[in-house]
Amino acid sequence: MEMALVLDAGKCTGCEQCEIACSMTHEGASNPAKSRIKIFNFHDEGRFVPYTCTQCDEAWCMHACPVDAISVSGDTGAKVVSDTLCVGCKVCTIACPFGTVNYNPSSGKVIKCDLCDGDPACAKACPTGAITYTDAAATGYAKMEAWAAKTDAGAQASA
Amino acid sequence: MNYVIIGAGPAGVAAAETLHKADAESSIILIGGEGKPPYSRMAIPYVLTGKIEEDGTYLRKSDGHYDRKGITFLQGQVSKVDPGAGMVALEGGQAVAYDKLLIATGATPLSPPIPGMDLDGVHHCWTLDDAAAIASRAQKGSNVVLMGAGFIGCIIMESLVERGVNLTVVEAENRMIARMMDATGGAMLKRWVEEKGVTLMTSTKVTGVAASGDKLTVSTDAGNDISADLVVVSVGVKPNIGFLEGSGVEVVTGIKVDDRLRSSIPNIYAAGDVAEGPEFGGGFQVHAVQPTAVDHGRIAALNMAGRDAKYGGSLIMNVLDTLGLVSASFGHWMGEDDVAVMVNANACNYVKLAFNGDHLVGALSIGRTDQIGVLRGLIQSRVKLGAWKNTLKQDPSRIAEAYVACLHG
Repeated sequence: MEMALVLDAGKCTGCEQCEIACSMTHEGASNPAKSRIKIFNFHDEGRFVPYTCTQCDEAWCMHACPVDAISVSGDTGAKVVSDTLCVGCKVCTIACPFGTVNYNPSSGKVIKCDLCDGDPACAKACPTGAITYTDAAATGYAKMEAWAAKTDAGAQASA
Repeated sequence: MNYVIIGAGPAGVAAAETLHKADAESSIILIGGEGKPPYSRMAIPYVLTGKIEEDGTYLRKSDGHYDRKGITFLQGQVSKVDPGAGMVALEGGQAVAYDKLLIATGATPLSPPIPGMDLDGVHHCWTLDDAAAIASRAQKGSNVVLMGAGFIGCIIMESLVERGVNLTVVEAENRMIARMMDATGGAMLKRWVEEKGVTLMTSTKVTGVAASGDKLTVSTDAGNDISADLVVVSVGVKPNIGFLEGSGVEVVTGIKVDDRLRSSIPNIYAAGDVAEGPEFGGGFQVHAVQPTAVDHGRIAALNMAGRDAKYGGSLIMNVLDTLGLVSASFGHWMGEDDVAVMVNANACNYVKLAFNGDHLVGALSIGRTDQIGVLRGLIQSRVKLGAWKNTLKQDPSRIAEAYVACLHG
């Protein structure tokens, strides 16, 4: 069973505990600006939307990387950036149509969700169950994947 | 089936790996012409700064990668393609037979037709060998003239400045990265690099380079001579197609390919910087960027292996770090009249969005690194912006919200 992050905007209250937990885990400090997960706050509608990498099959970031610095984790299926190999060229940050790979100027490398090696800190920190880590087949990612497919008709044909 | 791929850059390597996945029983020969393992030109600037060693540029890092994928990597320069015989001739006399051929020979840097381009100390920055030659001359305090402030020139600029040289950049156009940025963005970049100590001469042409002792003298049409230890030439590139003369493969700017990446000859395909392929939104273009090269390579390989894979067209996009100022461009922003603009010159922040009706068709961005990929998503998914178009017109920086709202809408 492949596990995935399930993001349920309907349950999100915008508390941003996930952003704090993510940045603590990856940056060693509470710094939501460097969180791999982001809460979008649509004030007008009173709606919060948690948002991060879906570990999509197309993996534009990984294919676009010129130095083989992004690979698929055998354990989780996450697309993971190697800090040793990343040169900071940022091509993945424009290739990813979701905008979920970002350049971190202080490290000179790119950052993205790596599913915390199978124990995502954001899901553990979420007090309302808006973020859970569960069976991928049951997730709402189908919609996002459909969007991913629309982004580049050519990539649909990938073997 | 004998598959032969000419060119071991990102397009060629992606194609070879895809062929192995799609048709593991076949022979796959990948021909590289530089006496190096397949590597990425994009990573050369980081060799110059010392961030990585030469092996950090290699497209695949694990030992035996190509062997494991059933790919025979052959070193050689292709001199001729003979479609009638199904043969590729290499310099030195060797010939390689193919059933299906992929041409992924990339591009070659141009030299302007002026005196002195063949002198010692005048280099392109295109190959690992070029990088080594530049590194030996670009020492702290060296005087360096960079000809061309286009995309590649700007990438090299960063490396040269990090090496501590005194840098003069001479650009014939009236602004930096003229094909990637408009006048507003170009002016912002110009001020930025000048504040970092770079001398930038725009609307200026180098008229010649001459040797004077162990130095070089660079003349310009602005009238002044510049003394230099090193001249780096980055005035553009052209597709590598010379060896196709007489082959019957149709060439316009690059090799004309259809939406299956097939050339005018049915068992010959082309991918990457050498290919003039379908563009997202219509037409045919050479889009010499990494994501297009890799997409081309994969789609071409699937079709070569007998699948029917249609290519949706390439979207031109670039991202550039100019001495710490990050800029990006996507799609059609030039000449569009339905635009939204946000400029903060002091903070070096700039966003320009170009619309066609309810759709985003192009974008420029300076000074932003977060979520810039959504610009590709907004354009290439053809999402209807609806009410978000007005929101973006009032505040073009809200691109990520617009994307997420439309995605979850």
